[in-house]
Amino acid sequence: MITINPCSAELPGALGETMPFLCDGTVITLQSAIGGSVIAIAIALPVGLMATSRHRRARAVARVYMEFFRGTSVLVQLFWLFYAMPLLTGFQLDKIFAGVLALGLNLGAYGSEVVRGAVRAVPRGQREAAVALNFSPFQRMRYVVLPQAFVEMVPPMNNLLIELLKATSLLSAITVADLAYEGRLLVNSGSDQLIVFALLLVIYFLLSYLITLLMRFVERRAARVVGRERPRRRAARTVEAAR
Amino acid sequence: MIRFDKVGKRFGDVSVLRELDFHVGRGERVTLIGPSGSGKTTILRLLMTLERVTSGTIHVDGQCLSHMRRGDRQVPADERHLRQVRKKIGMVFQQFNLFPNMNVLRNITEAPVRALGVPREQAEDKAHELLKMVGLADKAHAHPSQLSGGQQQRVAIARALAMEPEVLLLDEVTSALDPELVSGVQNLLRDIAHQGNLTLLCVTHEMNFARDISHRVLMFDQGQIVEEGPPEQIFTEPAQQRTRDFLQAVLDA
Ligand SMILES: Nc1ncnc2c1ncn2[C@@H]1O[C@H](COP(=O)(O)OP(=O)(O)OP(=O)(O)O)[C@@H](O)[C@H]1O
Ligand SMILES: [Mg+2]
Repeated sequence: MITINPCSAELPGALGETMPFLCDGTVITLQSAIGGSVIAIAIALPVGLMATSRHRRARAVARVYMEFFRGTSVLVQLFWLFYAMPLLTGFQLDKIFAGVLALGLNLGAYGSEVVRGAVRAVPRGQREAAVALNFSPFQRMRYVVLPQAFVEMVPPMNNLLIELLKATSLLSAITVADLAYEGRLLVNSGSDQLIVFALLLVIYFLLSYLITLLMRFVERRAARVVGRERPRRRAARTVEAAR
Repeated sequence: MIRFDKVGKRFGDVSVLRELDFHVGRGERVTLIGPSGSGKTTILRLLMTLERVTSGTIHVDGQCLSHMRRGDRQVPADERHLRQVRKKIGMVFQQFNLFPNMNVLRNITEAPVRALGVPREQAEDKAHELLKMVGLADKAHAHPSQLSGGQQQRVAIARALAMEPEVLLLDEVTSALDPELVSGVQNLLRDIAHQGNLTLLCVTHEMNFARDISHRVLMFDQGQIVEEGPPEQIFTEPAQQRTRDFLQAVLDA
């Protein structure tokens, strides 16, 4: 079997001209998306939990963070981190890092809301049973509430990660050479617009589909943890096998 | 064992319990009856520290639920104090509230292991024993969602007993069950009540069950005790009109 390297310059015609650059861009886009996701999730979990805390001050801090970063655009946050911060503090962030940080902070705010909602969606009876069994507050969270909340978090997190992937194209505004940036560069230097834009479309779609596949896998695992395996689908498969 | 002194509980403007005094002895089994909204569940939830009293005090085994001593002052109970008191109390809920993220065995062992520090192996031996007692020896590795309501409630009972409480609170534990499953769970509780020296506080609308398990029945209305006495007396010759009306209403239902 002949395997074709999709990034090869040997590809025929316009593909050979454009794909090597688009592949470089894809790598940067993926890196930014992964970095941004890691930061977003690392923020969302503690802040989301703070937003459900009994302590008013913890809730207030979480609220301020969430409202602030949801209420201002990623692009503006990016400008602040990359252009304004050096002026104010004399400290210049690497542009990819600034980009990843802005994405993480912004999507982290939305993620916090997801975590908060999922934790609050765990039925009150579950916590009360855990109190009656004399779990400590930490143990209630760790062994009862979070495992159940996690299942609820996965589908909305999937949406957020796809949002985050698409938002990486904003990094081209601070000249990060991501997929969108490479695409525009190619068009400016005379490549066929239609082909380049079509390729961009396909690549972004494939990347977000990849995220969805990954999250579906996580979702199935998580659903099994709370015993919500889809019996219907399983039953359907057994019926088919029986035929 | 349990003592309520002038206990008041309000939710916002609604006064649910007023100046409630009562006492339950060690090993005594008491059933609370009364119309909907009379505050029966609230009493159990106060005991389980799921709610806090608005006024008055509750003592369990000599320990105050809402306050603790610091130096020579009484201060509101902190989490550590609460966990100390909760050790003595177990509760079974109307809706079972099994943990869906654990199988049956872990539902029963998790609390002894995490909250009491019992070695897991020992907790599992105990759990198997309890499962045998509640008639579910073969369901240890089943998931709660694979069990019928009656079976889930049996697991919940085993789970509460695994913590070896001295006081067990039962809040309408059969009212979420299909009618044909009720008697099984009641028989189980009857056995548990008669074997052990558990102090039992039970809310139920099943008067036969109340008669079988309790030493004493308390009739509540509007957050106060209207009448109390041994089940034979309350159910056959109630002294109060309100008790008669209530029992009549239950019989008609
Ligand atoms: N968390 C709450 N907030 C506001 N009101 C409450 C709350 N919990 C209970 N109540 C009110 O307190 C009153 C007593 O409720 P409780 O659940 O103790 O009654 P009950 O005797 O158990 O009734 P039932 O037989 O219907 O279970 C009711 O009027 C109820 O509406
Ligand atoms: Mg009730």
